[in-house]
Amino acid sequence: MASRYQTAFKLYPYEKVAAQDNKHVVRHPVVIVGGGPIGMTLALDLCQRGTPVLVLDDHDGVGLGSRAICFARRTLEIADRLGFGDVLRGKGVRWDVGKVFYGADKVFEFNLSPEAGYKAPAFINLQQPFFEKFAVEQIRKEQAAGAPIEIRGCNEVVSVEDKGDFVRLRVDTPDGPYELEADWLIACDGARSPVREMLGLSFEGRVFEDNFLIADVKMKADFPPERWFWFEPSFEGAGQSALLHKQPDDIWRIDFQLGWDIDRKVELEPAKIRARVDAMLGPNAQYELEWTSIYTFQCRRMEKFCHGPVLFAGDSAHQVSPFGARGANSGVQDADNLAWKLDLVVKGLAPQSLLDSYGEEREHGADENILNSTRATDFLTPKSDMSKIFRNAVLNLAGKYGFARTMVNSGRLSVPCVYDGLSLNADDEFGGPHISRVGASCPDAPHGEGYLLDLLKGDFTLLAINAEAPTSLEVDGIAANIIMIDRPHDALAARYLGDQKSAIYLIRPDQHICARWPAYDAAKVIAALNHACGRH
Amino acid sequence: MRELNLEPNIADPDGFYDELIAAHSTLSKQESDAFNARLVLILANHIGDRAVLAAALEAAK
Repeated sequence: MASRYQTAFKLYPYEKVAAQDNKHVVRHPVVIVGGGPIGMTLALDLCQRGTPVLVLDDHDGVGLGSRAICFARRTLEIADRLGFGDVLRGKGVRWDVGKVFYGADKVFEFNLSPEAGYKAPAFINLQQPFFEKFAVEQIRKEQAAGAPIEIRGCNEVVSVEDKGDFVRLRVDTPDGPYELEADWLIACDGARSPVREMLGLSFEGRVFEDNFLIADVKMKADFPPERWFWFEPSFEGAGQSALLHKQPDDIWRIDFQLGWDIDRKVELEPAKIRARVDAMLGPNAQYELEWTSIYTFQCRRMEKFCHGPVLFAGDSAHQVSPFGARGANSGVQDADNLAWKLDLVVKGLAPQSLLDSYGEEREHGADENILNSTRATDFLTPKSDMSKIFRNAVLNLAGKYGFARTMVNSGRLSVPCVYDGLSLNADDEFGGPHISRVGASCPDAPHGEGYLLDLLKGDFTLLAINAEAPTSLEVDGIAANIIMIDRPHDALAARYLGDQKSAIYLIRPDQHICARWPAYDAAKVIAALNHACGRH
Repeated sequence: MRELNLEPNIADPDGFYDELIAAHSTLSKQESDAFNARLVLILANHIGDRAVLAAALEAAK
């Protein structure tokens, strides 16, 4: 087995298991291929629900290099539900403010958290290996408490055979190959997805002709923890744009947009990188190069994420430009969306067709991300002279006029996906606030000593605000948690009642809103819950 | 007289910007310049108010 990369943390060293004796082929309900942030988030969610899950990863730990660094509020809320939100926030660098420069001048700044009353900040910056490490540590805690999960390191899937209602896998290990079967195979194996390749599935999209140099540098600096973005930076060698962003442990992410015709080898020479960084930070800056990389990117997705017993999640299913932090954050939303549905299907509580809604909802999410990241990229790299004239006109006016600021696009930063108008939604029967409309993920709000989302722990939930509701609810084997709130905090009332007096919300296990009404109606609630589970 | 509005006033600025750039995508530089001139005249006529137009000419300087 060839190692594709060095590992930052060795978290699941190879161990031979009995199944490798090749005497009998073991069938697993769920096998996840790829132990990255998406695979591990999904595995954690499933095992907490009691659905047995096996994770196969072709390495023995987390790859070196910071890669994804910006984790959005929605990701932190999902991690909170799964038990590792605190540790992410504890290690990560919180940021809310972004500044945009054009040449040497600051054009404007924006604040991503203008409103208080959310437990999670708009964003934290954290190197991807830490995200993966903390997810695995949480999995180990669940495992110690008896959750049905196993991670097999240095287990490389080398063939996948779709048998219609299950898949057969051939897995290579340091002790040779073995076979296993899975009722459901979830491919979380990244943008170059070997599973996708082995099944011969296409991955069409648009390639952007540009190269970006990442230099993560270690230095003591007193820049604030803000996202600083330059269009046409004034410092030498920075190219068309540059970015400076703080990570934990005195690491700073610097990005330079180099253009298309470059010699990667030359550009990656440390002396050349240092010359660029010196020009940006000043000749006296003291720093070490921690990690460097040149990347190009594509915006593309699989036509369908669901292929019989094989489902795709994260970069294996969709890829976007990094501007907007929509890669890992959208993949975590894939995991959040898939886990409860797969759990209900495996337990026989919902029909397999429920998984079609995973495809529908997350393909919609991918389209939204691709649209936003394509637009950002077109703004960063104008494709014609006229496009550049308009771009620079916008930047020029943005220093003076508010309207032009709304057109400056250095990346539309990841916000939670709303499943507007999609199949699982039910009634939206009162004129409640737009932010909590059916299909949206529940906005957080202060409640009691803590926050509302602390109470939404992964079951269906009936939220009654100033309204009568039963003390328990179970619909054909699926129980809903009941939350009654009589004196909502102002922010909670603003986000869930608006100018209404009372509300009943039915909320899915992934905290998205199924339906809402002004008052409790048992028949409607039961119908909406069944509808959200694909049971008709 | 109405004042020139320089605050955000387009519901979907990214979508508008995209459409504007796309309108130029198949044009030569000369054609684009002519397109822009026509566009300015059409928008100016829609605004109509002479004082607003004068303020816009000033703001664009």
